[in-house]
Amino acid sequence: MLSAQSLAKIDRELAKYPADQFRSAIMGALRIALVERHETGNTPEERCLNADVIEFVANYVGIPPVAAYEVATFYNMYDMKPVGKYKLTVCTNLPCALQGGVNAAHYIGEKLGIGIGETTADGKFTLLEGECMGACGDAPVLLVNNHKMCSFMTREAIDKKLAELE
Amino acid sequence: MLEIEIDGKKLTVNQGITIMDAAHTAGTHIPHFCYHKKLSIAANCRMCLVEVEKAPKPLPACATPVTDGMKVHTASPLAKKAQAGVMEFLLINHPLDCPICDQGGECQLQDLAVGYGNSSSRYQEEKRAVVGKDMGPLVSAEEMSRCIHCTRCVRFTEEIGGYQEIGMANRSEFSEILPFLGKTVNSEISGNVIDLCPVGALTSKPFRYATRAWELSRRKSVSPHDGLGSNLIVQVKQNQVMRVLPLENEDINECWIADRDRFSYEGLNSAARLQKPMIKFDGKWHETDWQTALDYVVKGLNGVANDHGKDAIGFLASPHSTTEELYLAQKLARSFGVNNIDAALRRSDKRVAAAQQGALWLGSSIVELLAAKSVLMVGSTQRTEQPLLASRLRQSVKKGMALNVIHTSDDDLLTRVNAKLIVSPLALVNALAQVLKAAVEIKSASTMLDLSAANVGAEARAIADSLCAAESAAVVLGNVAQHHPAFAELLSLAQEIGRVTGARFGIAAEAANSVGADIAGVNPQRGPMGKAVTAGLAASEMLAAPRKAYVLLNSEIEADAYNSQQAVAAMKQAATVIALTAFKGEALLDYADVLLPIAPFSETAGSFVNMEGKLQPFNGVVRPLGETRPAWKVLRVLGNMLNLSGFDFNSAEDVRAELLAQGDIAAALNNQLSTVAANVAAGDALVRLGEVPLYQADAICRRADSLQKTAAAAAPVIALNPQDIAKLGLEAGQPAIVSQGEAEVRLQLVADAAVAAGAVRVAAAHPATQALGGLFEPIQIKRG
Repeated sequence: MLSAQSLAKIDRELAKYPADQFRSAIMGALRIALVERHETGNTPEERCLNADVIEFVANYVGIPPVAAYEVATFYNMYDMKPVGKYKLTVCTNLPCALQGGVNAAHYIGEKLGIGIGETTADGKFTLLEGECMGACGDAPVLLVNNHKMCSFMTREAIDKKLAELE
Repeated sequence: MLEIEIDGKKLTVNQGITIMDAAHTAGTHIPHFCYHKKLSIAANCRMCLVEVEKAPKPLPACATPVTDGMKVHTASPLAKKAQAGVMEFLLINHPLDCPICDQGGECQLQDLAVGYGNSSSRYQEEKRAVVGKDMGPLVSAEEMSRCIHCTRCVRFTEEIGGYQEIGMANRSEFSEILPFLGKTVNSEISGNVIDLCPVGALTSKPFRYATRAWELSRRKSVSPHDGLGSNLIVQVKQNQVMRVLPLENEDINECWIADRDRFSYEGLNSAARLQKPMIKFDGKWHETDWQTALDYVVKGLNGVANDHGKDAIGFLASPHSTTEELYLAQKLARSFGVNNIDAALRRSDKRVAAAQQGALWLGSSIVELLAAKSVLMVGSTQRTEQPLLASRLRQSVKKGMALNVIHTSDDDLLTRVNAKLIVSPLALVNALAQVLKAAVEIKSASTMLDLSAANVGAEARAIADSLCAAESAAVVLGNVAQHHPAFAELLSLAQEIGRVTGARFGIAAEAANSVGADIAGVNPQRGPMGKAVTAGLAASEMLAAPRKAYVLLNSEIEADAYNSQQAVAAMKQAATVIALTAFKGEALLDYADVLLPIAPFSETAGSFVNMEGKLQPFNGVVRPLGETRPAWKVLRVLGNMLNLSGFDFNSAEDVRAELLAQGDIAAALNNQLSTVAANVAAGDALVRLGEVPLYQADAICRRADSLQKTAAAAAPVIALNPQDIAKLGLEAGQPAIVSQGEAEVRLQLVADAAVAAGAVRVAAAHPATQALGGLFEPIQIKRG
C-alpha cells in the first residue's frame, strides 16, 4: 500500500523511540503515509488518509487501527477529507488577521471561485483556515501542503504564488 | 503511612493511593463516572472534584494522590458547587431521553443527576447528535448521543480486553466513541463494556427493550460454561431469565464475565428446549408423560442388562452437569451394576483414568496461579477455552509474570509471551519433554523418563530457564492437551517438570464441573472423592467398542465426543439411547430413543466445582420450563424404579451432603499419576487440530442466537500453515475437502501462519464438522 521509501522512513520513525514507547511513531508514520498519498494521488479522494491506509499504517507500526484513527482524527493536518493537489491553509488567528490574513483567505477564495473549506472542481486547490503557525512577524502567512510556509501573503504575493502553482 | 482527614474523619492510609481510594476505605462516596477501580485513571469526567485544604481549586479525587496531613472535604460548598457545575456541563449535550433508554433505572448519570443536577436546564441551544455505531451482535451502540466520554469502554478493551477495539475519534465537541471503521467489537469479553458504561450509550443488544431494570429480581448463580466458575447475577422476570450480569468475586472473575457467560441465557429460552418427555416408536417421536417415559427407560435398561449383560450399558455424562446430578448418575449406574461411566467425553487417552489417583485440577488456586512468577501453558487455546482466565493472565504478565507457551497454534494472546514452542499436535509431547530435559540439566537433577528423543532447542531452554528461575511457577495443561491422545505423557511430563523445578502443575478444567465430575465419581476408575472402584470403560472406549445401551446425561455426544464420527455410529447401532437433556437437538432426535426433559443450571439447585476445586452451590433461579424436572429428581426416581436402595433424597442439598460426607474435596484433588507414560518421540504426519469453538462448548451456548451471530461463531474453515498449503499444492481462499475415515467435509481453505506446520486446523463440535473423526488424528486434505 505504501512505497518502499515510505516504509523505510517509517522504520526510521520507529527507531527514534524507546522500545516501550514505539507507538509514538504513529504520528510520523501517518505523516509519511499522507505525504505519499498526496504526492501520488490523482484525485482528491486519493490524496487523503482513509480507513485502509490508517489500518495498514497501524498494523505496520504495531498498534490497533482504532488507536491510529484516534490520532489521525485528532490533528487536523492529517487530511481525512478529499483534498486538492495544493492545500492552502491560511492563518486567520489574531496577529495574521490584523495584517489582513482573513482578507488574504477571501481573496484566494475569490480567485479560485471557492469558499473556505472547499476544493476547486478540477481538484487542484483546497482552501482552508488554519491556526497560528508561529510566524506572526511574517503575517499574513499561509501553508502549502502542510510543509511549505509562505510569508507576507499580500495580494501580489498570492497572485504570484497561485501562478507558480498552476 | 499517611495521616489524612476526609470530611473530618481521621484516616491512616498507605502512601501513593488516591483520594478516591482513601474515601472508599473510609466509606465516603465521591460521585464519579470515569473512575473504575480495575481501569487506569483518566480523570476526564471531572465529576469527582473535591475540596482539598490549601489547594487553590477543587481537585479530581480519582487522580490526586494523598499527602500527609491532607484535609479533604467531599461535600463542602466549594466541592458541591464544582460537582454541580460538572453535572450541568455533562447534561448540556445529553439527550435526557431516560423514558426510552434501556439504562433507565440503573444509570449512574440519572442517579447522580438527582443528587447534583438542576431540575431544569439553563442551556437552550441545540444539542449535538451523534450517529449510532455498529459494534456487533452483542453490544448496542445505537444512541451515542448519550455518551459522556468517560472512556471506560476504551480503557476496558485496551487494558482488560488486551486489544483496543474502541476509540475516541475526533476532538472536543466532535469527539465520538466508535470501533474502527467497518469493524465490530470482537473481544470474547466485550459484554463488560455494557456494565461499565455509566450511561445508556452502550447497552445489551439481546436485552434491548425487553424489560425495565427495576422489574427484574436478582438471583445468584454460577456460570455453567468454562472451568473458571464465574459468579453470576441472573436477573429474572415472570419466570424467565432476562439477563445475566457478573457477581463480583475477586478470587475468580473479579467484576467481569465472559460473553459466553453473559449472553448464553438466550439458549435457556430457545425454542429448542425440550418441554415434555418423548419416546420414539415406529421411527416417530411421541410426547408422553413422565410415568410412561420412565417405565420405558427402566424396561429398556433391564432389557439390555438381561439380554447382553450390564457391561453392555454405558453412561456418558456432560461435565456441564451439576455435582449432584453427576453423583446420582454414578450411584445409579454402579448400584445397577454398570461400571462404564465417564464425564471426560472429549478425552481420548484412557490411560489417564487408570493412572489417576484423584480429581485432576489446576494444582493451585486461581489466585496462586495468577501470582506465579512464571507460568507455562501447554496445549491451551486460552482465549477460547477460558476467556476470563486468559484476560487475568494478561494482567499478571503486566505485573511481571513470565508467560510461556507450548501449543499447536500461535494465536495472538494479546500479551507478551516470554518463550513459545509452536509445534504440530504430534510433537506436543516432544516439546514438553525438551523443557523437562533442559530443566533436568539446569537443576542437575535426574529423571526416570527416557528423554533421549528430545533435543533441547533454544525456546525450550528459555522456558525451562524461566520455570527454574522463578520463585513460584506453574505448568497448566489446556484443552488441546487434555483431549490429546498422549494426555498421559503430557501430564507425566508436567508432573516431572513440577518435581524438578518446584512448579505447581495441573489442568485448566475444560467445563464448569469437570473437576466436580471426578469428585462426584463420574470416572471409569474412581468413585466419589476419588476412591478406587471396580473399573469400567472410559468414554472413548465405550464409543470405540459400541455398547447396546447408552444413557446420556446432558450430553450431545455428536458434538461432545473426541471422535464424533465414531460416537454417532455407536449411538445409531445401540438398541436404546436414553437421553436426559434440556434440548431436543436434531442429532439427538435422530439417534435417541427416549428424551427426558431435565432442567438446565438455571432451573435446578446444584453446585459446580471449578478448576481450583472450589465447590460453589447455587439455587434454581426460575421454575423448570414445562414438564422439565431437575435431573437429580429424575435420577432419584429412576433409582427407586430400578429397586435400588439409597435413593431417598428430599433435595439437591441432601444429595450434596451425602457426597461431601464421604470425604474432603481438597484431599480428593490429586494430579499425581500412579504410573507415568513417556513415549516422547515426535510424529511426522498431517494431523487434525480440532479445537472446540468459543460458542460450541456446551448445549446452552450452542443455542444462544446472539452469540451465534458473532465473528467467533463464523462457519468453520480449514486453516493451514502457508508452507503446508504450498507443499500440498493447495490453494488458499478456495474450498478444500478434508477427510477422516469415510467422511469428507468441504470447507473453505485459509492460510494461517499461526497454525503449526503439519497441523490441519478444523474446528470440533460444529455441525459442519461433526462428520469427521478424532480431534487429533490423521487427516487427509485435497482440492475441493
